[in-house]
Amino acid sequence: MTARRRPGRPPGAPRNIGWLYVLPALAVYGVFLLWPLVRGFWFSLYDWDGISTGTWAGLSNYATVLTDPGLRGAFGHALILVVFYAILPCLLAFLLVAVITRTRVRGLALFRTVLFLPQVVAMVAVAVAWQWMYSADGPVNGVLHLLHRLGLPDWSRGWLGDFTFALPAVGLIGTWVELGLALVLFLAGAQRIPGELYDAARIDGAGPFAEFRAVTLPGLRRELAVALTLTSVMALRNFDLVYVTTKGGPGGATRVPSYEVYNRTFNTGEVGLACAIGVTLAVLVFALTAGIGRLAEGRGEAR
Amino acid sequence: MTAPLISARERWLNYAVLLLFAALALVPMVGVVAQALNLPDLDVATFGRAWREGHFATYMRNSVIVTVTVVAVASVLSIMAGYALGTLGFRGAGAVFLLFLAGLTIPTEAIVVPLYFDLRSAGLDNTYAGMILPQTAQSLAFGTFWMRAYFRGVPPALLEAARMDGASSWTTLWRVLVPMGRPAILTMVVLTAMWTWNEFLLPLVVVNSAEDLRTAPLGLSFFQGSHQTDYPLLMAGALIIAAPVVVLYLFLQRRFIAGMLSGAVKE
Repeated sequence: MTARRRPGRPPGAPRNIGWLYVLPALAVYGVFLLWPLVRGFWFSLYDWDGISTGTWAGLSNYATVLTDPGLRGAFGHALILVVFYAILPCLLAFLLVAVITRTRVRGLALFRTVLFLPQVVAMVAVAVAWQWMYSADGPVNGVLHLLHRLGLPDWSRGWLGDFTFALPAVGLIGTWVELGLALVLFLAGAQRIPGELYDAARIDGAGPFAEFRAVTLPGLRRELAVALTLTSVMALRNFDLVYVTTKGGPGGATRVPSYEVYNRTFNTGEVGLACAIGVTLAVLVFALTAGIGRLAEGRGEAR
Repeated sequence: MTAPLISARERWLNYAVLLLFAALALVPMVGVVAQALNLPDLDVATFGRAWREGHFATYMRNSVIVTVTVVAVASVLSIMAGYALGTLGFRGAGAVFLLFLAGLTIPTEAIVVPLYFDLRSAGLDNTYAGMILPQTAQSLAFGTFWMRAYFRGVPPALLEAARMDGASSWTTLWRVLVPMGRPAILTMVVLTAMWTWNEFLLPLVVVNSAEDLRTAPLGLSFFQGSHQTDYPLLMAGALIIAAPVVVLYLFLQRRFIAGMLSGAVKE
């Protein structure tokens, strides 16, 4: 080995003692996270009900993930939820940031604190709260009854039990939760945009929309990528919310992959298939994280 | 920020938009509190009933045991691993770091089923250890990533000075770098605590028969199952299990935000 010294490392520094420091963490991490991941992939290659001996199935469980109408539906629902968890919150957060950068707002800190709060509350508690919000005599229907009395059509219904509206209703809970995350990210990004750019835009007579398109939006590209990544991943990992509010119902209208992992293991005894769904989900999350990050970097360089 | 050159009409419109969203964000929260307190009568008895009937004393205690253990073990191990990966520059450090980084993207859904069967074979289902060990492993991904970033920012001259004074790498870590790094460590601690406290799927699967081992979120979901439409009672339960993290958040808001936003930021 050549004696090339690395900068910042004093001469004779113990090189491999680092392994001793990493080893405890690596052991726990390997046994309780990486190993289950490998085992999950292994299970996914079997037809197994969790009780008797499994039979080798090759990739047929993955074929089922791609062809089974119920599971394709579940992944389709996940895609719809991405709209509610990721795209809608980002659009709304853009609107709010545009407003905030145009006006010197008093109480901004409090506004941010309140909008970010759902992020730290256990999803189970959020779900229980929204189940009440959406209940027959809950606030959502209360507002709609009021609108009905003012002459609008009666839009009230049992939201979470409605074949058409259960999925959007679950999705809107996601919008409510994730808006704060996108907003806080964008606000932090907007603060780094030099004020002179806004001055220049306003002196040029730019209206709110032109100013937003020319100054704010280009300055927030990186934050947008981060927000889309985090919120899309949340859309794919929403087991808690679905389990508590609808358990996939009514009639499978809110089945999502994360719920199907649980459902196929403990309710229908298709453990191999459940693991295949889990692995697929992990691949999707990984691809999403890597892909959106790459996209943001690529565009950043092209500037 | 600079003086805005905007019209009075736009100004009012802007305030209206912000007020609307503040209201939309607040209504569910205020509604939950109002339900639980039976406003305007202000009856706190509902909390007592929820606390007793929901067995929340037991469930909160379990959550505290699991959370404190996970946070303590994961923090120590993350600090050690982050230190080695950030400053000791050993052979293979890059690969080890990538391994931890990949863990940031592994969803619980992908590991929970094999974990369940393997923990059961090992006799660890329906035990504290069965909940604590996997959640420690999950916390290590973020912890190591986070602490490595902190240790990389430590000036090399400082490490050199400690070495000149004859401090071993172990002493340098615990006597010099850890006290200096309290803000970074605090961020890691509050985030790990929040994630562990709020975790639902893993305890649901691991603690499938031992009722007295249920964590707070698990307890709430079963409470909801048995009191379907008794909303004041359920809202009180939701507030009880959310309270510890919310209080922590109100005091350490900046730590929460800084850490949570770093999740997807690559170097």
